Amino acid sequence: MVRQVLSLQGPAAAVLKRVDRPVLVAFCFIVALIFAGSAYFPQVLTATYLLQQLQIASFLGVLATGAMLVILLGHIDLSIPWTFTGAAIVATALAGIEGTGPLALAAVPAGLAFGALVGLANGLGVAYLRAPSMIWTLGMNALILGISVFYTGGFAPTGAPTEFMRAASVGRAVLGIPNAIYVWVILGVTAVFILKLTPLGRYIYAIGNRETATYLSGVRTRLVLVFCFVWAGTCSAVGGMLLAGYANQAYQAMGDPYLLPTIAAVVLGGTHILGGRGTYSGTVMGVVLLTLLSSMLSVMQMQEAGRQIIYGGVIIVMLLVYGRGGKIQG
Amino acid sequence: MSGLLLHLRQNYGAVLAITIFVILFAVYLVLHPRGPTVYVMTTAGNTGAALAFVAMGQTLPVLTGGLDLSIGSILALCNALASEVVNGSPERVALGVVLVLLTGLACGLINGIVVVYGRIQPIIATLASGAVYTGLALLIRPIPGGEIDEALSEAMTYETFGVVPTSLLLIVAVVVLIWVPFKNSVLGRGVYAAGSSEVAAYMSGVQVDRSKLAAYALAGLFAAIGGLFLGFQTFSGDALIGVPYTLNSIAAVVIGGTSLYGGIGGVIGSIFGAYILRTINGVMFFAGAPPLAQPLFEGIILLGAVALAAMRVVRIRNRLEVMD
Repeated sequence: MVRQVLSLQGPAAAVLKRVDRPVLVAFCFIVALIFAGSAYFPQVLTATYLLQQLQIASFLGVLATGAMLVILLGHIDLSIPWTFTGAAIVATALAGIEGTGPLALAAVPAGLAFGALVGLANGLGVAYLRAPSMIWTLGMNALILGISVFYTGGFAPTGAPTEFMRAASVGRAVLGIPNAIYVWVILGVTAVFILKLTPLGRYIYAIGNRETATYLSGVRTRLVLVFCFVWAGTCSAVGGMLLAGYANQAYQAMGDPYLLPTIAAVVLGGTHILGGRGTYSGTVMGVVLLTLLSSMLSVMQMQEAGRQIIYGGVIIVMLLVYGRGGKIQG
Repeated sequence: MSGLLLHLRQNYGAVLAITIFVILFAVYLVLHPRGPTVYVMTTAGNTGAALAFVAMGQTLPVLTGGLDLSIGSILALCNALASEVVNGSPERVALGVVLVLLTGLACGLINGIVVVYGRIQPIIATLASGAVYTGLALLIRPIPGGEIDEALSEAMTYETFGVVPTSLLLIVAVVVLIWVPFKNSVLGRGVYAAGSSEVAAYMSGVQVDRSKLAAYALAGLFAAIGGLFLGFQTFSGDALIGVPYTLNSIAAVVIGGTSLYGGIGGVIGSIFGAYILRTINGVMFFAGAPPLAQPLFEGIILLGAVALAAMRVVRIRNRLEVMD
């Protein structure tokens, strides 16, 4: 229907036609949300509020950037929460209590290495052992949880973020825009570059459609799988260190509330949960939409119960609008 | 090949799970200071019962090739509801139990409708519906509390005739009265057929839609039984009690030998999968492992179990067979 209406118009239609439907619907929903919100709270339409929302969205955005590549393959990474938490704990532990310990310089590289290592373990299990990614990454999540509980003795981890981590998260270096947004943009541009302009990107979509066919075409599919999981692990680590910089500490289970919104954001953006289809612009829309939605609900001082119901309801309704699968056919 | 051997081969996963459980439980009984007494058996039965029910429920959507990520939320919603309605006069208690079970069934049915008629992928559909059920549970019970009939709770968590743990009788009853008839019905066959090959099943005239609806609805019902049983153990309700159950139920299903790709497995294996997970905790406790190391061991064991199951790739000669 939407497509037919659009095709009636002139040059504008040519542009709109290239935008896929989930992106368009999500975008309309975001605009509607902002205007509906501004009717009740005028401050919603200010640059301060919107920038602040984008800053909060950047944590989710970084995670979704990682998760999207894995979902495009037709796999899923459920180890996001503790890769996120683990990287934050590693980085703050190296930085020391004041964030200026002797090893502070190694904090961020160590956090990134931690994320990449978890991703590597995920990728090897999925690509070479052929374990179902859902249960393998779940086990990995449980393992990291176990390690951090054992290591910290169940107490809050000591240590603070380094100056660099704090600046990357809450500083505003250029044009008064929070640096966290730049971090998201850098990762996002890299993801778009990989997906659109490199053979690797083509392989990712191809594997999501049919791995056997891709393999038979001569692609080393297992390396592609490993790469995407390493990428996702690294993104989770970046997200964890950003949040540690924002909250000025690392804490147990800090990543737990991020798992479901991350997957929901990617899928709401039109990426098919079984892989093979999806655009990065859709993921951005999904991230902004979910962030704005939860922000609006808290501005309205909605109770947790109501927030959960609306959150879940909106996801189902939006997917009913554009995320439906095909009918079974012979 | 004789019938028994064939049966064992077809249920390889469940047989393996039962074997592992027997060994683990023997170790548990040896380590337990009070040994194999009725009291110890009752405690062990109660500890794993709720997870066993949820794992049984999770098995059905997994058999169709789907998944139910809202199952922990349904358990919590039913648990919260039970703390409101399962108390007072005997008639009220009976009515309350029926109401709780129907609520679980309805939640499951809604999942089924969204998956089957809404044609949304189960993993994301149940993720979203789970948020809604958690919200409803919080509406009913914002903070843990409430009351569940004590007489009924004690009847369900003690022993029948003084020797048999009632929790185990309850599990057997659910298997015999719900699972076995369902598995042998046309609907139940359809669940396996849909998981093996949905297209082939559809082309053969199997009512795939109805079977899937039934699978999700029954998953909700089993989760409700689990939520009710948790209430019997604590005499109260808690809207956030379900969080660990969703992922643990998937682990139990996989350990019990049901394939995450659908079509192979059954609830018997999942019950033992659930008890394996719980017995591991008990064994570690009595073996004197530091409590802080417990989550670490759980992670190692889960990963080890999955890696072991994955070892079949070593035997497969044609690499193409392991893809898709």
